[in-house]
Amino acid sequence: MSISITNVSKSYKDVKALQNITFDVKPGELFGLIGPDGAGKTTLFRILTTLLLADEGIATVAGFDVLKDYKTIRNSVGYMPGKFSLYQDLTVEENLNFFATIFGTTIEENYDLIKDIYIQIEPFKNRRAGKLSGGMKQKLALSCALIHKPKVLFLDEPTTGVDPVSRKEFWDMLKRLQKHGITILVSTPYMDEAALCDRIALIQNGKILEIDTPEEIVKHYPKTIFNVSANNMYQLIKSLKVYEHLYSIYPFGEFVHYSDKREKFNSDDLKHYLETQNLSDIQINQTQPTIEDTFMELAK
Amino acid sequence: MRKNPPLWGVRGAYMKRFIGFIKKEFYHIFRDRRSLFILFGMPIAQILLFGFAITNEINNVDVAILDHSKDANTQEIINKISASKYFSINQLIINEKDIETVFKKGKVKAVLSFEKDFSKKLIKDHEATVQIITDATDPNTANTISNYVNNILQNYTQGLNNKATIAYQITPQTRMDYNPELKSVFMFVPGVMTIILMLVSAMMTSISITREKELGTMEILLVSPLKPLHVIIGKVIPYIFLSVINATVIIVLSIFIFKMPVQGSLILLGLESVLFIITALALGILISTISATQQTAMMISLMGLMLPVILLSGFIFPISSMPMILQVISNIIPAKWFIIIIKGIMLKGVGLEYVWKETLILFGMTVFFIALSMKKYKIRLE
Amino acid sequence: MNNKNVIEVENLTKTFGDFTAVNAISFEVRKGEIFGFLGANGAGKTTAMKMLIGISNPTSGKANVAGFDVFTDADNIKRNIGYMSQKFALYDDLTVKENITFFGGIYGLSRARIKEKANALISELGLQEVTNQLVGSLPLGWKQKLAFSVSLIHDPKIVFLDEPTGGVDPITRRQFWEMIYKASYQGTTVFVTTHYMDEAEYCDRVSIMVNGKIEALDTPKKLKEQFNVATMNDVFLKLARSPSPTLPKGKGVNTDKDYNHEKKSSPLGS
Repeated sequence: MSISITNVSKSYKDVKALQNITFDVKPGELFGLIGPDGAGKTTLFRILTTLLLADEGIATVAGFDVLKDYKTIRNSVGYMPGKFSLYQDLTVEENLNFFATIFGTTIEENYDLIKDIYIQIEPFKNRRAGKLSGGMKQKLALSCALIHKPKVLFLDEPTTGVDPVSRKEFWDMLKRLQKHGITILVSTPYMDEAALCDRIALIQNGKILEIDTPEEIVKHYPKTIFNVSANNMYQLIKSLKVYEHLYSIYPFGEFVHYSDKREKFNSDDLKHYLETQNLSDIQINQTQPTIEDTFMELAK
Repeated sequence: MRKNPPLWGVRGAYMKRFIGFIKKEFYHIFRDRRSLFILFGMPIAQILLFGFAITNEINNVDVAILDHSKDANTQEIINKISASKYFSINQLIINEKDIETVFKKGKVKAVLSFEKDFSKKLIKDHEATVQIITDATDPNTANTISNYVNNILQNYTQGLNNKATIAYQITPQTRMDYNPELKSVFMFVPGVMTIILMLVSAMMTSISITREKELGTMEILLVSPLKPLHVIIGKVIPYIFLSVINATVIIVLSIFIFKMPVQGSLILLGLESVLFIITALALGILISTISATQQTAMMISLMGLMLPVILLSGFIFPISSMPMILQVISNIIPAKWFIIIIKGIMLKGVGLEYVWKETLILFGMTVFFIALSMKKYKIRLE
Repeated sequence: MNNKNVIEVENLTKTFGDFTAVNAISFEVRKGEIFGFLGANGAGKTTAMKMLIGISNPTSGKANVAGFDVFTDADNIKRNIGYMSQKFALYDDLTVKENITFFGGIYGLSRARIKEKANALISELGLQEVTNQLVGSLPLGWKQKLAFSVSLIHDPKIVFLDEPTGGVDPITRRQFWEMIYKASYQGTTVFVTTHYMDEAEYCDRVSIMVNGKIEALDTPKKLKEQFNVATMNDVFLKLARSPSPTLPKGKGVNTDKDYNHEKKSSPLGS
């Protein structure tokens, strides 16, 4: 089953939340929608799950039109909205039972699908959802979205605000779900998670910057990137910002990602310059662009 | 780097912060339309309402006359009563039995009964009696009525005495029907029951629905096979249950503790209560369709329902004494009709034949609210 | 007390009934340092931070912040630190200028000083066009940067940042961190918590809390070497996974030499 979006636009008063969005998700694909807050991810999700009407454009989910066939879509997709909406005062088991019931199924029927996930929260099955930690809530919300064996799964920022360990476990779970043939559309602001998807769409301010596989997307970065470090980060950044051949500079952990305007770049030139700025311990090494570099370049 | 403030300025520094904080609070208040409304709109509305609606004063109260005598004196008294702005002669009744009938109908609040041979007794014995029979289900009004009638009688007697040598005396005998001890509890119980049902049903329902919206779980419910109708009915059923229990508890308490009688049929009382509960629930659902947050729902329920119910339903202050426009407005408040119904059933023992009009009105209101809610219920988030 | 330390913590503990949220943690933060305070949700991070900023009383242990004791001198602490959190930093329904004026007033700055600061801030952040616009209408990135500047308005010795860059786009995040670098360079100590492990790399030193204890405290470089991994994210994964070896009391460094040193390539690493 696939998702198809053509020329979708949506505005709120005078804010353009989405502008001319077009892309497809292939059946069984793990597709990532990558972008920061305010990019339009949640708006797009709500249109696809038929909760909002687009101003322009068409969208289909599993072949059904979001406008005309909304009831069919609502009966068959799994949806995990932002901040995993669960019933805080129901227990884990009660939440799961509830969602199973309203979709006309039981926990037992599709248990094999959620088994790996549910096993981790099963010890807490009589605890109120409100008392679970972020990572546990995440797993519960995912189980509830899967309980009726949907063919398409919409996950809106499922890893936001959750610790790195839980995030990693979550993505492991998603990869295993893919093997069941479920199409998964995930949105996330974390660029490092983008690398785990089959294909990704970078989105910023309501526009799609680029769509491709993670490996191909980094090839869109037009320049060579160098890791530069020195004894003082602040001074390094200040000095580089006034360097005449600077193309771009972004802090990246203990290094700075630097790219030069010139085609032929001689790192010794740069080293000399930095030394004149009273910096020492200078290191300059070529490195691969990441998705984040590409995003920032495209978003400029 | 920051310097420490000089010692003498410490108190000044505190004040500065304090004032800065107050300034900010003012900004908040003036920029939030809702709090502005509550701050300024509500007091004005309340003052107006209280000024006009609250009055133990009576005005144009309907009285019926039972004149066994039909002579010159009684006619004079009747004229005086009729001329008074407090009273308005509704009808003339023929015999004792009619008193109850006319009270049950609800419009007439007092009956003046003149004994036979009134004039003759006056002339011969210089003494005669008038019975002032009031519908005391509203004890405050009943009291006022009997006082005013008394005054008119006194006046009349005075007039007679001016021309006479021996004093005349017209002795009023007051009878408070349905509530001989003028127990205000009899009036309060129906009112309190109405308010509690309204509270539980309308306010709680609207809060429950808007809580789903606020928490975001409403989104998931929408993207599921659940029909909107199911969601609403599912939310409403627990409150029906609770309200019925509440109503039962109140009735039981008032019967056994306050010794309030239930003259009429308990079954009818129960059914009418259920009808009112559904009306209130429908209102609650309607409120939830126009509120985005629980706070809004609560505010609307309190301001839009509670206050008018308390002031305009006739529960504390008699409607007939309010300015015309408020009387008209009171007609759209479901509580008003319900109070008439349950007072009738509980205190006067009336059956459906007397309250069918009010019942029909409640029913119509319920259908209207439900239809409106269904129309406004959004199947999408916008 | 060592004059170069702006925060000194010794066996700081907080219990709620029989649950120990913060279990005898000890560490120091030097002046001008960018100190990353990391840990999973529920690890005790937030509780510890609340004690340090003077809004929660410790159950036992000692801590000095900006030279004041957290237990007896909490009011002085509040006056001498800056604070910014993701949840709340500025009032959405006040304008940029009004927010600056308000917070300046709260910290007891004179009218003249507030004006001076306001002008400096606004021109530095390029907010001239929106000075009189409600903060709520600004893009998230601008809000965060303004909030950070406002938290520094009274030139505090230390500024506490509680997940300050949540949800912000990558470019703005970096601009934010450049502002942090500048503040640190000028002598302000920055105590920051974050969920973005790549931001942990920006810090001078990082501490990681697990189940109420500090399981690691060192520079990012040394931590990566110690656990033989490529990123801070991997350090975190290792720590949160392995059974926690308890630390020798009083120190914040993991000295257990029997650590499993296999190099794991994590999909979440770059």
